[in-house]
Amino acid sequence: MADVKAGLYYSSEHEWLRADDDAVYLGITDFAQSSLGDIVFVDGEPVGSQLSAGDVAGVIESVKAASDLYAPVSGVVLAINGRLAETPELLNEEPYACWIVKLTLSNPAELDGLMDAKAYAAFCEGL
Amino acid sequence: MSKVIYEHGRPGRGTDYLPEVEVDLAALLGVDNLRGAPPPLPEVGENEVVRHYTNLSRLNYGVDTGFYPLGSCTMKYNPKIGEAAACLPGFAGLHPYARPEHAQGALRVLYDMEAHLSRICGMAAFSLQPAAGAHGELTGLMMISAWHESRGDTARRVMLIPDSAHGTNPASAVMAGFTTRQIPSDSRGLVDLEALKGALGPEVAGLMLTNPNTLGLFERDILEIARLTHEAGGLLYYDGANLNAILGHTSPGAMGFDVVHVNLHKTFATPHGGGGPGSGPVGVTEALAPFLPVPRVVSTAEGLRLETDRPLSIGRVRSFYGNFGVILRAYAYILRLGGRGLTEAAEAAVLHANYVRAKLRGVYDIPYDRVCMHECVFSAARQKEHGASAADIAKGLIDRGFHPPTMYFPLTVREALMVEPTETETPETLDAFIETMTELAALAERDPDALKAAPLSAPVGRPDEAQAARKPVLTFKE
Amino acid sequence: MSYLPYTDGERAGLLAALGLSTPGALFEDIPAAARAGGIDGLPGPMDECALAAHLTELAGQNDPAATPFLGAGVYDHYIPAALAGLVSRSEFATAYTPYQPEISQGTLTGIFEFQSHITRLTGLDVANASQYDGASACAEALFMAVGQTRKHRALVSRGVHPEVRRTLRTYARFRGVELAETDTDPQGQSLTGLSEALTDDTAAVIVQNPNFFGVLEPMTAIAALAKAGGAAAVAVCDPLSLAVLKPPGACGFDIAAGECQPLGLPPSFGGPHAGYLATKESYLRRMPGRIAGQTTDAQGRRAFVLTLQAREQHIRRDKAVSNICSNQALCALTATVYLSLMGPKGLVKAAALSAIHMDDLRRTLVSQYGFTQVFDAPFFRECVLRPPEGAVCDWGYDLSADYPELAGARLLCCTEKDGAERRGRILSAWEANR
Repeated sequence: MADVKAGLYYSSEHEWLRADDDAVYLGITDFAQSSLGDIVFVDGEPVGSQLSAGDVAGVIESVKAASDLYAPVSGVVLAINGRLAETPELLNEEPYACWIVKLTLSNPAELDGLMDAKAYAAFCEGL
Repeated sequence: MSKVIYEHGRPGRGTDYLPEVEVDLAALLGVDNLRGAPPPLPEVGENEVVRHYTNLSRLNYGVDTGFYPLGSCTMKYNPKIGEAAACLPGFAGLHPYARPEHAQGALRVLYDMEAHLSRICGMAAFSLQPAAGAHGELTGLMMISAWHESRGDTARRVMLIPDSAHGTNPASAVMAGFTTRQIPSDSRGLVDLEALKGALGPEVAGLMLTNPNTLGLFERDILEIARLTHEAGGLLYYDGANLNAILGHTSPGAMGFDVVHVNLHKTFATPHGGGGPGSGPVGVTEALAPFLPVPRVVSTAEGLRLETDRPLSIGRVRSFYGNFGVILRAYAYILRLGGRGLTEAAEAAVLHANYVRAKLRGVYDIPYDRVCMHECVFSAARQKEHGASAADIAKGLIDRGFHPPTMYFPLTVREALMVEPTETETPETLDAFIETMTELAALAERDPDALKAAPLSAPVGRPDEAQAARKPVLTFKE
Repeated sequence: MSYLPYTDGERAGLLAALGLSTPGALFEDIPAAARAGGIDGLPGPMDECALAAHLTELAGQNDPAATPFLGAGVYDHYIPAALAGLVSRSEFATAYTPYQPEISQGTLTGIFEFQSHITRLTGLDVANASQYDGASACAEALFMAVGQTRKHRALVSRGVHPEVRRTLRTYARFRGVELAETDTDPQGQSLTGLSEALTDDTAAVIVQNPNFFGVLEPMTAIAALAKAGGAAAVAVCDPLSLAVLKPPGACGFDIAAGECQPLGLPPSFGGPHAGYLATKESYLRRMPGRIAGQTTDAQGRRAFVLTLQAREQHIRRDKAVSNICSNQALCALTATVYLSLMGPKGLVKAAALSAIHMDDLRRTLVSQYGFTQVFDAPFFRECVLRPPEGAVCDWGYDLSADYPELAGARLLCCTEKDGAERRGRILSAWEANR
């Protein structure tokens, strides 16, 4: 059973989002890391990129798979987590402790379209 | 642990193959154009080089080593007459810019091979230029694009691709400038006709199809699929990866395909070489022939010539005329077997796959259990519940002297093991494989952990692929 | 039944196990309207003895030695006798792509060595397992540059091999990349033409060295030009020339691509050969094709695997960097073993002897036979020479189709095999026929 952490927003693409003042941090869930397997490479769109909700915000590669990271909300890329360049396996080990991309939050209303932990747990259950 | 060639080197070693030379290269070539020191290649004497590569070869498993039921790859026996032909000095030594009057034998091979493939595939014309199956796909898709464009039908930018397709299909489509739309399979494992109808439209350039498909199943609605696609203004592309199953029983032309690529290294028994060289000739209907790559081999009163003046041609997709040495081997194979022999080869390939399917039914799940063509897709889902995955079964086969089947493909089957026995194996070999697969299934239930460590008898155990990708070491460092 | 391994009786046994008497029932999914009853119009079957005679006869209709001093992209270098036997070993030749690394260490080690050799020749960080040929490798290099710079225009000098330029044109057309060709100057060099055409929206500057005329390009200046314009610098280099010439990495190029045929591969009427592709670390994830990497197994033993596969079509499908699946593994292995046999000293000798022989030929033709040298710039093992007025010369490569302005001029080539004696014989025969 995949771990779901309370207090975060979730997307149906198995991403979590943590809102923090005017910025949001984007990562992938335990379910996502477990489906991908050994993660070997992580990258985000360049800092300064203007993203709309649904745009590709980054990429995650495992040994046997590759997955795009989609921005669940619109915003400008503020930072990419540099730790993951050296140690992408952190996403396997502690998916909720490692954000991948930090974005501005252009439209806070977009958060309403995301799931909370309970809804996401039910969503995973139904898969 | 075996060495890499650099680890055999010592400064000053080496064998002379050429005379000594005294020259002031700086004066000849200009000092700014020169590298400071000779390239840091290893310095190894001939005896050590020969031993090194001979020993490396012994770490490999090939068709000539043993049974190689790698689904979709058609690892049949490669007749050695093809090797002998390619080594003839009149072929091996021939420069591609030799004037036509000095290359009539080679041009004859190309000209006749185009005709033979046209007959086998029921197409009007072939180009032998593409270097591999994927290259043929790209070439064929470029022709589809150029054909629509020539008719002013420039809105057709979408290529339809079944979900069971090889990954090359969508990748080739994008390289040829298309976007892709996926067509789901239905409960039979075949193209979902209703979904296809819904996906066709004025923006669709064509549909790419492998038939038999990657599940080894014949798309029995093929004529309906062709009709629907053509009525919607699209063209039908045949991925010839599985042509070997249908030789003499039907052809891409008879099924309604407009463009075809053939993998000579699969259907026509040329060696795979550890990943190439292959050859991916592409064939077309009359309507698309003007778009074939140049040059074309043409017959004139003065003999065979190369023609480049074809205004609608998509142009070149590589240098020269194709992988001639591979084409020559396939040409020898076709002549050796003739039409009857090719048909028998297809029949035996299909017979063997069905024999293996029948004998392993009940041992492994068969997600689509009906008559298959040249290959059969099993699922190790049941074994996985006990803790042994498709990969574990595959590695267990290695310890028992077999090359594993294709694993985890097609993507539509969980824990897929795709077995293609080919026509050139004896009943004893098939039975030994069946027995081993049965034994492995039993072991997977009884003691799955015993398979986790496999292979134990190979030169190395399972390599750590995550480490390889996280910290890439791609060249030798002293 | 040529390569079917059993008797009719044994076949009947297999059929009986399926409850069948003929294989026909296995083909019933084929709709009646699409069914064929065999393949009409093919020759054969032939017994092997007759086939061997037929193939020998066809080979005899070719005359590989008819045109002296012919290079133009395919070169007649000496191939050590040890090479053919090693690379034709069945274990290499009849293996598939190394998807099962435990029983493919021979192929994988060979690829790793190929990548190592190529990076050392080119002076770049990484190389892949090989491409179909030099021309398609250049097309892939173009797409790497487009991906990296996110621009859609490229410059290619007319000094690049005509077949490479045509291949680039085809690939670029369908991918929506604008390709502009630039002229060479009176020296046969590309810098001026490229610098006049370079704009801010240029993704790649593509130049060949030695170029198609054999002329050495001002490589460092060209790379600097591309860099200043924000374009990727792509070098098309003959790997054998890199024994002596400054490597593209040291000149500042981002990508090198080219043809391995000079490295021990026979001409074979144009293929199979192998292309190579090498680049800087920062372009690694845009590089197409197979890449072998070093790792360890559970016991800590060194092992090689195909790696960084998330770039590739079987995982990335429509988002893959390329559709390429195979490399030219056996041809790349041939190049690898050739380089291992020749070593640095042997490779330098092959390059130096070729260059001297060409220079000697040029000098003789100019001073004694009335030829004129078209480009007054340093050249490697090829040189464009114009025969004297009225003389018929069919040596080498006729430039008139690709370069109308050079009509009548010949591109001549020498290798280490074209020593004084061989050249003398050819020149005497020509003189005698005038």
